[in-house]
Amino acid sequence: MNTLRLSLYGWLMVLPAATLLALFTHIPVVESFVHSFMSTDKPKRPSRFVGLDNYDSLVADPIFWKALTNNLIYALGSVPLSIAIAMMMALFVNDKSAGRSFLRVAYFTPTILPMIAVANIWIFFFTPDYGLLEQILKPLGLGGNNFLGSNNTALLAVTIVAIWKESGFFMIFYLAALQQISPDLKEAAAIEGAGRFTFFRRVTFPLLMPTTLFVMVNALINAFRVVDHIFVMTGGGPNNATSVLLFRIYEVGFKYFDFGLASAMTVVLLCVLGFVALGQFFALDRKVHYQ
Amino acid sequence: MNALSILGRGVEQGAAWLLGLLWLLPLVFAVWTAFHSPAYMAHFSFTAPLTLENFKNAWQAAPFARYFLNTTLLVIGILIAQFTLCTLAAFAFARLPFVGSRLLFALVLIQLMVAPDILLLENYRAIKMLGLMDTLPGIALPYLASAFGIFLLRQTFLTIPKDLEEAARIEGCGPFGTLWRVYVPIARPIYVAYGLVSVSWHWNNFLWPLIITNSVETRPLTVGLAVFASSDQGIDWSVITAATLMTSAPLLIGFLLFQRQFVQSFVRAGIR
Repeated sequence: MNTLRLSLYGWLMVLPAATLLALFTHIPVVESFVHSFMSTDKPKRPSRFVGLDNYDSLVADPIFWKALTNNLIYALGSVPLSIAIAMMMALFVNDKSAGRSFLRVAYFTPTILPMIAVANIWIFFFTPDYGLLEQILKPLGLGGNNFLGSNNTALLAVTIVAIWKESGFFMIFYLAALQQISPDLKEAAAIEGAGRFTFFRRVTFPLLMPTTLFVMVNALINAFRVVDHIFVMTGGGPNNATSVLLFRIYEVGFKYFDFGLASAMTVVLLCVLGFVALGQFFALDRKVHYQ
Repeated sequence: MNALSILGRGVEQGAAWLLGLLWLLPLVFAVWTAFHSPAYMAHFSFTAPLTLENFKNAWQAAPFARYFLNTTLLVIGILIAQFTLCTLAAFAFARLPFVGSRLLFALVLIQLMVAPDILLLENYRAIKMLGLMDTLPGIALPYLASAFGIFLLRQTFLTIPKDLEEAARIEGCGPFGTLWRVYVPIARPIYVAYGLVSVSWHWNNFLWPLIITNSVETRPLTVGLAVFASSDQGIDWSVITAATLMTSAPLLIGFLLFQRQFVQSFVRAGIR
């Protein structure tokens, strides 16, 4: 078959997917930028170019800054911890010890639950008076908390839920990576007299670096994307203490119908994700890879 | 083995089980609440009588049957469309040297970073423009061309020896025939893996359907559950917990029955 015909086949096969991708990913990205410079379309005043007006309102909006700060805290809190826990889990269940498949199931189960369901379960954990956490703390004389209703603990509570939900998912990637590490290395290390911890620090951990990078990028993206539980647990409150970027975009866009401002916020979110992508690119450049 | 390393192993085992316990605790608690009357909600005793009353109440209090139907249709529809679209695109990227394929592939990968969820404002406009508001296709459309699926299948197709393709061609297969008779059957485990990931993802998706739907006829389970749990009409926690478990049950039971395949599938989808 000649090259031209192959090329034609190629285009035909890619076309349906490419069209949908353009419609719902690429064009929307461009449109977000465009609409962030436009006023919100209203019945009497159609949308028009307003320059940086939306960005001015955004910078002047304390709730936006609150949401951005919260989101960074949420990311910095959940990403390293879920990575560390995921790595630990993988090491625990990779060994051929008793009950290993039971533990694997225990760790992984939260992953397949809907975040909405997870939130419902955890609300009850954090409920004042009769919630489980209160029941543990009350006898110790530490009762009287309202974890989800207090400025100091609400963000922490939502972060813990994210860690619980996602660690098991990231464990899977580490398990996959651990299974590819040659057993010869372990034998060689044993002959050299290396202890288990030394082996982990000098062999396993460095070999897991590419996986860690991959997991980190995914965890970071999720920290800006997965906000379902916030809807159920706190609704962004109290006092926007748990509002994060995507949640705020939803609020401004679909509750206050200020599409201009929401578009500007979407652009901020896209820039954050762009930074993550750049970070990944440079990290890859610095040879975290062993292949 | 010296004493220190035995101690080390002991500590590790202890930590592993403690973590497992911690991870199961919320679920065990939910199961307890759902299967007991509200009187035993936070009162643990072995003699507490079991009941299905909470599930009955939940089932009657909201149109969960309809929600189940909606979610099932949605998940199956998305899966079929994703398999078709991603297979075609992945094959073209892996095996057909067409003009612009590298640039196009790089553009596809952007979606791994920017999921449709992030772009809900613009996607909402697009769905509105297409007249698909409050419909199941409206929920599904942004997810059908999945970069993850295309990438995963392309990587798999690249590992399949070209000799097989030559053989198929000699037998008189065109590109579509080769794809269907050679590539798809060999990649079956990857389809299972991708299918499981996709089904659990879309069964659980919330924010986008929340925006697109506003009637019982289209609402998926997650949105239905959230509406149900937030309607403060004196519904007690036992009933909400029962509803919560009910909506997660198909995935949860499927997972517990086929946990080995499930985990292996996720591992397989993870190595790419």
